[in-house]
Amino acid sequence: MFDYFNPYRIFKLNSTLQKIVFFCFILVLSIGLVEALFLSPEDYLQKDSVRIMYVHVPAAWISLGIFSTIALLSFSVFIFKNKNFILISKSLAPSGLIFTLIALVTGSIWGKPTWGTWWAWDARITSMLILFFIFALYLLSFRIFEDQDRANKISSIIAIFGAINIPIIKFSVDWWNTLHQPASISLTEKSAIHSSMLVPLLIMTAAFALFSVLIFLMKYNTELIKIKNKGLKRL
Amino acid sequence: MISDLILMNGFGVYVWSAFAFTLISFISLYFIISLQLKKEQKRFEENFLSLPEEKYSVAINQVIHKEILKNSGSKI
Repeated sequence: MFDYFNPYRIFKLNSTLQKIVFFCFILVLSIGLVEALFLSPEDYLQKDSVRIMYVHVPAAWISLGIFSTIALLSFSVFIFKNKNFILISKSLAPSGLIFTLIALVTGSIWGKPTWGTWWAWDARITSMLILFFIFALYLLSFRIFEDQDRANKISSIIAIFGAINIPIIKFSVDWWNTLHQPASISLTEKSAIHSSMLVPLLIMTAAFALFSVLIFLMKYNTELIKIKNKGLKRL
Repeated sequence: MISDLILMNGFGVYVWSAFAFTLISFISLYFIISLQLKKEQKRFEENFLSLPEEKYSVAINQVIHKEILKNSGSKI
């Protein structure tokens, strides 16, 4: 099974996939932007400010998805001792950090017309801010520690402990009184959002997911070449 | 018509700034990562060219090295 995580196999696949993913991303993003900004209806209560949802919600979903993957891979590193899991996690982290930042900033912009404030220390926003710092700490650990094995171990520990924050983010709206509304979309129940808004939301989510895949592919190749560069010196 | 699209009933400044921030973040991250990739590819090519002949012949036969050089547009 681990042959699928063979660096050479991934590198070769990456190089072919990058252009395809880039093209798909531009296409899906263009459709998503037209839908989100012009074609989707305004909300009866929030009016046009609801359009911020089309960047805020996908960014939050993708950042949570990326961190959950990193945490799972980091946990697997300790079980399977596969260093390629670290390489994959490290390559996923930059887009995770940027998506968390986008979710925080666009949430703040959305908060002003909706709640009358740019920022509130409510459970959902605070836990997202903590996620941002965990992402930053995770990426910094590779720069702080020069010893590769130590950096790998510490970054994995950060990711595993950081995973505690994931259910807190998810269920914060149910556990505490927050300014955020409860989830409107569920995998098990019927969505509370009308299809005229749900479709653009899903298109924008697909575009954001494609962007994170594109950044992952580029970053993975960069990291692999870095390793091979060190290998050349040892030849 | 166009001013309606821009102003969005007074919410335009919030909506456009949120979308602009997102797109600027995307573009910045894309350029940072592609710059890092190009830098590593260039460094790899330079290291490869500076290898002594016997090490060069070993290195050139490794498939992953060939793939890296091919993707960086190297003429090696």
